[in-house]
Amino acid sequence: MSEYKLSPDKPINVAEILKDLEHYRPRRRGWTWRTPVKDLHMGPFEYHDATTPLKRSVPLPPAHYFDDIDPQPAPVITTEIASGRFEDDIRRMRMAAHHGADHIMVIRTAGQSHFDGLIEGTPQGMGGVPITRKQVRAQRKALDMIEDEVGRPINYHSYVSGVAGPDIAVMFAEEGVNGVHQDPQYNVIYRNINMMRSFVDACESKKLIAWAGMAQIDGAHNANATAREAWKVMPELMVQHGINAIFSARVGINKKNICLSTVPPTATPAPCIHMDLPYAVALRDLFHEYRMRAQMNTKYIESSTREATVTHVLNMVISKLTSADIQSTITPDEGRNVPWHIYNIEACDTAKQALIGMDGLMEMVELKKDGYLRDKARELKERAVLFMEEMLELGGYFAAVEEGFFVDSGIYPERNGDGIARKMNGGIGAGTIVKRDKQYMAPVTAHYGYNNVEQYGGDPENPSALIGGCTLEDPNKIIYIDELDDNDNVNVRMAETREFTPGGKKIRPEMEWLADGTVMLTMFFPAPKQIAEAAALECAKRMNLTECEVISKEIMHPQDGTRIEVKGKVPFEIDVDSLVIPKEPDVLSDAEIRADVERRPMRIVAATVGEDEHSVGLREIIDIKHGGIEKYGMEVIYLGTSCSPEKLVNAAIETHADAIMASTIISHDDIHYKNITKIDQICREMGIRDKIIFIAGGTQVTPELARKAGADEGFGRGSHGVHDATFLIKRRWELEKEGKI
Amino acid sequence: MKRDDDFKNRHEHLKGLTNEQLEQRFWELANKLVDPLLEMGREYTSPAIERSVLLRMGFSSIEAKAIVEGCVERSLMCYGAGNVVYRLAKSKNMEIRPAGLELVNGNMWDDAEKLFKGGNE
Repeated sequence: MSEYKLSPDKPINVAEILKDLEHYRPRRRGWTWRTPVKDLHMGPFEYHDATTPLKRSVPLPPAHYFDDIDPQPAPVITTEIASGRFEDDIRRMRMAAHHGADHIMVIRTAGQSHFDGLIEGTPQGMGGVPITRKQVRAQRKALDMIEDEVGRPINYHSYVSGVAGPDIAVMFAEEGVNGVHQDPQYNVIYRNINMMRSFVDACESKKLIAWAGMAQIDGAHNANATAREAWKVMPELMVQHGINAIFSARVGINKKNICLSTVPPTATPAPCIHMDLPYAVALRDLFHEYRMRAQMNTKYIESSTREATVTHVLNMVISKLTSADIQSTITPDEGRNVPWHIYNIEACDTAKQALIGMDGLMEMVELKKDGYLRDKARELKERAVLFMEEMLELGGYFAAVEEGFFVDSGIYPERNGDGIARKMNGGIGAGTIVKRDKQYMAPVTAHYGYNNVEQYGGDPENPSALIGGCTLEDPNKIIYIDELDDNDNVNVRMAETREFTPGGKKIRPEMEWLADGTVMLTMFFPAPKQIAEAAALECAKRMNLTECEVISKEIMHPQDGTRIEVKGKVPFEIDVDSLVIPKEPDVLSDAEIRADVERRPMRIVAATVGEDEHSVGLREIIDIKHGGIEKYGMEVIYLGTSCSPEKLVNAAIETHADAIMASTIISHDDIHYKNITKIDQICREMGIRDKIIFIAGGTQVTPELARKAGADEGFGRGSHGVHDATFLIKRRWELEKEGKI
Repeated sequence: MKRDDDFKNRHEHLKGLTNEQLEQRFWELANKLVDPLLEMGREYTSPAIERSVLLRMGFSSIEAKAIVEGCVERSLMCYGAGNVVYRLAKSKNMEIRPAGLELVNGNMWDDAEKLFKGGNE
């Protein structure tokens, strides 16, 4: 086995992941939920619905105010990653895991549903990834390493649908895939796969899903995304959930692993919570034995990422008010393109932020037990029951589908006659199922239905014993295929971008694929939409971008302004060694500074020196409300502006100050450095220079010249209180060490 | 079909049910709807199911596909493709995998056919 290990301070090495895949074996099977922690204390807070924290993660942007804590909410958080190149997706998976995702869902390439068998190798995909054994193995192997790094199991997920469902289910069971979409109704309605074939295959697929302990998600949310008026299919959605749920449970999947894919059906400007909440309540009433996978609304998503994000937060209010075992995330750029790295991360952060923000909410509020909410929920449940009654009257599921019962835009029992109808003997794979003879036999584990192993003296409880165990017992029997296509494979793709391998010498901007060069520009034009759009494209062209495309436009006013977002590709690359990278300022943590001020109080006299009335900069450095040094408990005696150097030094002596802080903004004739030199000299004359810390700052001050002029340190543009405070503390440690104070 | 929303008339018989009874009714109906579907699954097989059986028996996806296509052509699917390989291996005193590979390579199909249709059983 390969010895490669992930290092937290290095990019993930995809080439190493791809080595020795033939011998890789998954470390576990089955789904993992998060572990709740009662009354979790993190930083200054207590959490009521949180789960085990991560070992390594990237917290939300404001976390630095709160000791960099990164509390993790209760639901498993999903992110969907499938750019078409699985090798680039591996890097995205690591980023997503660090932002709180523990359910990585891989969307399949367009057309895989109709591929009759397993796809092998690593061809490039469109709108998704061709799901193959090699691709699954590589990603599961990468996730094994990533989950060790973040300290939480990561569930890996894809789809068991299409005409090769059982083939894929076997491969997933063998390869340690943890979650799947499986719903024969999806095949029938959205993929036009023959309905009898779909249900016969689904029995076998579900048996395998049950055996491997995978979590299963149904396909009902698609009705919401497809129907003309999405909120009207609510009764039908409950029926679809019901059919797949009970069908799966009776094949043998544990109800606790059967998840409903539920979506709040509406979005603003509809009064969406008023409409969506009764539906969510009705579902949780009927399906309390099952799990909820809360999906976000995609039906009404437009190109505004802000708008999509707000919709998704509103969706999570519903999750919080009812329940969600898995919180899915939809990337806010879904309305524009195949999701980019940055939007997967945004979506994960949105979920984490919203759910942690609502931590403990249900200890304070509860849903009303009567009135509109419960009446509406009851009505929806009754409509669902009526739907099933009519299905049975018609002759059952197949007859109802032939009648176009599903995805009709009328709210049942209303019918608009625009449902999706399929013929029992039509669709892909029609006429391919075969009745089993009484001699029928399959000597394998997790096989559904009639299986006459007794004819060979076999044990019905253990059919694979006839062949000494199948691949599910002995993975060494699995035949691994590496590549079938010499041109369309990961090795060829990676060779083309080798010089851009992360951590190397060359770099380009990237949104989805390594070195794709894609950038996004945001612009505003004081013009109507059409002019703004054309002007934006012209701008991008003159900036030498190629393949430019407007990806979003929003009217600020029909005549006075349009906001435009453009994407394009940069035609150059950057040599990493040629970059001038400024050194990061060395700062102590707030807690460290505070602790040292508590150990030994620090008094500072401060003023703007010379004939200089500027006060803003110094006040920013001092004032607690601007995050200045007062917040650490430092005592600042502020002498105001236009203070003479003599007065400043005298004040320091009189008050037994530890430090002098001089601000000097006016810089003509180098007066700022002359004032610094003057203060230094007076301190020497008064015999305090070796005991006192002297720092100076101002917009025109450069640290090097300030030190040359006589200050201990200088602080120029961009300095903050924390930089001054860090220096003051560290300099005092030095003086203490030297025995001067 | 087009129909106005007649919920008000249609739900008369459900009005008297408690929430628990309504829930029970929902699951009774759901069970009834899936009964024939589960039964069909028990009685039928498909090319995908048979390929999945062969995968579990240690054949590659390409090999499994070839064997199942052979079974479809010779109307052997009803016995199970895994069964065809298994019985062939037994009759030839071969291991499972080499027997299956013979079929993949287009050999021994007549023998396999005879094992099921030749009156041996």
